[in-house]
Amino acid sequence: MTVALSGKEIASQLEEKLPESIIESGQDYLVVKNESLLAVAAFLKDTRDLDFDYLNFITAVDYYDHFEVVYRLSSLEHNHSLVMKTRCAERENPVLPSVIGLWQGADFQEREIYDLMGIRFEGHPNMKRIFLWEGFAGHPLRKDFR
Amino acid sequence: MEIGNVRPYIYPDIELDREEGQVIEDLKANSQPVIPDPDKWLEEELPQNILLTSVDALINWGRRSSLWPAICFPACCAFELIAANGPRFDLARFGMEILRASPRQADLMITAGTLTWKMAPNVRRIYNQMAEPKWVIAMGACGISGGIFASASYAVVPGYNHIIPVDVYVPGCPPRPEALIYGIQMLQKKIAKRRNLTLGKG
Ligand code: SF4
Repeated sequence: MTVALSGKEIASQLEEKLPESIIESGQDYLVVKNESLLAVAAFLKDTRDLDFDYLNFITAVDYYDHFEVVYRLSSLEHNHSLVMKTRCAERENPVLPSVIGLWQGADFQEREIYDLMGIRFEGHPNMKRIFLWEGFAGHPLRKDFR
Repeated sequence: MEIGNVRPYIYPDIELDREEGQVIEDLKANSQPVIPDPDKWLEEELPQNILLTSVDALINWGRRSSLWPAICFPACCAFELIAANGPRFDLARFGMEILRASPRQADLMITAGTLTWKMAPNVRRIYNQMAEPKWVIAMGACGISGGIFASASYAVVPGYNHIIPVDVYVPGCPPRPEALIYGIQMLQKKIAKRRNLTLGKG
């Protein structure tokens, strides 16, 4: 089984390297500020004993007053995993940085989140709808759709 | 921080997508009314001409005994159709075991599955490419009305009869192969009633 690393421990490591980048941390997750998302992601990927080289999936949750985007990371080398989250309070035009430069697998999933939730990922080279057709009105997985 | 090494896209062209989207929106706007069954008149008793009926009978026998389905299996109902084609239910008994990959060689469309609006123009194109005479069996709840997706369907066509005229409806989710075979036999009976030749007008 994959070992879930403690979010709290990693948060304390991050506190030294990138102060003020973490909003909240728990047993197996971290909540990261939007601005520091890329820096934290790069830290998690490139630090030797963390080595999160594999992005299992990205998904997004609509909590009415904010969106939460969830990244599940694992390390193939060390066989451990971590959940990184970030929040986005904006509803009209939510924007987050894209992690496609770190994990190529983010490509289609970020497009899917844009398609169904309407969150744009800045830095994605092809940010357009993936399932629905161009010209579709709205983003159907939002709770207030229709 | 550097973000490099991103694969260049072959079709970055948003214009293509917009065109496709426009086609879908147009089709959606134009297919709100349901297309009625073109053979509704078959239910009326028609005055039959003796000579023509026997020619008709021959033509209809030929047509109904070798229905070849076009491949149009967008979702899970396809598996029942595959089972119906397999050795256990053996659709070949009725002369229709050959699924045609080319719509030009097919005269029956079995719509086995959920149809999304994004797919709808393609199904319509396949139907248009089939040579006359052609028939459609709407298989499964999705084919009839959108099925379990009908109530929340931002993307699902509420029944194939919005896109193409349907001859026989086979209910079920999915229908058993027996039900499908029964539907095909109903269609054969329907074809048997067709009048192909008319006196007077060509
Ligand atoms: S009717 Fe049921 S089995 Fe058939 S395509 Fe729809 S959901 Fe699938």
